[in-house]
Amino acid sequence: MPIPTREEIYAALEERHGRELQKKLSEASVAVCGLGGLGSNIAIALARAGVGRLHILDFDIVDISNLNRQQYFPEQLGMYKTDALYDTLSRIAPYCDIQKDCVKLDENNIPGLLEKESIICEAFDKADQKAMLVNCVLENMPEKYLVAGSGMAGIGSSNTITTKRITKRFYLCGDGTSDVEDGMGLVASRVLICAAHQANAVIRIIAGKYEI
Amino acid sequence: MVKINGELLDKAGCSVTDILADMGTSGQRVAVELNESIVPKAEYSSTFLKDGDTMEVVRFVGGG
Repeated sequence: MPIPTREEIYAALEERHGRELQKKLSEASVAVCGLGGLGSNIAIALARAGVGRLHILDFDIVDISNLNRQQYFPEQLGMYKTDALYDTLSRIAPYCDIQKDCVKLDENNIPGLLEKESIICEAFDKADQKAMLVNCVLENMPEKYLVAGSGMAGIGSSNTITTKRITKRFYLCGDGTSDVEDGMGLVASRVLICAAHQANAVIRIIAGKYEI
Repeated sequence: MVKINGELLDKAGCSVTDILADMGTSGQRVAVELNESIVPKAEYSSTFLKDGDTMEVVRFVGGG
C-alpha cells in the first residue's frame, strides 16, 4: 500500500481525537531529552498522537542491553539513537516535523537547544543528569512546561507510578523511589508505564488540562 | 513552622543546605522549590526558610 497522504492521516487522527484536540496536537512542539526506555517510548506515543513537531536529543548509540525496553531493533545496534529513532518515528508518522540532535546536554547548551519547544520531557537515566536538566530548565526557562520521570525500576506494582504536579509548570512521573542503582533492573512493562504517564501529561498540557 | 514535602516541620530559620543535609542528600540529585519557585543550586546555602514557607524537595533516582 502507498503511504497515506498528510490529509488522510490527519483526518484519521481527527476522527479519533476530535477536531479541537487534534488541532492543538498538530500545532504542538515537544522536546524529548534522552532516548532510552522513557524517551523512545514517549516520542513514539506523541508521534502516534499526531504531535506536529518533535525534537529528539541523545548522544548515545543503540546497545544490545537496550533491547529489553527501548524502542530499537537488533539491526539498529551501533546506530546513534537519534538516527535510529528518527527512522522509526518517520515510519509511524511520516508528516511529523522531527528535529534530531546527537548531543550530550549540559547546563551550557540546554537553553539554546531547547529554545523552540514549549514542553520539555526529561527522560535521562542517571539521577544527577535528571536533576541537572530539571534545575537548568526551571532556573533558566521558567516559561516552559517540564515533565520529568523518576522511579520506575523493577517489577513493583503498576499502581505506585503516578503523575504529580510539583509546581504550575513542573510535572513529575514515577514512583519516586525505585532506583536502578539499588540492583533492580529496568523492565519494559514498568518503564512503559512511566513513559505513558509522561506522554499523557504532555498531551493533557497540550489540551489545556493542567490539573492532574 | 514550615511545610516540607507536605509535612509541617519546625525548620524556620534553617537554610536549604541544612534541610537537605537533615534529609541525607547532598543536593546533587535534587530540585528544590520554595513557595512555587525553583531555588538555584548556587543559593542553597544562602536561602533561609521563613515561618509559613512551603518547600518541595524532589529527589531523583536512576533509571530511564
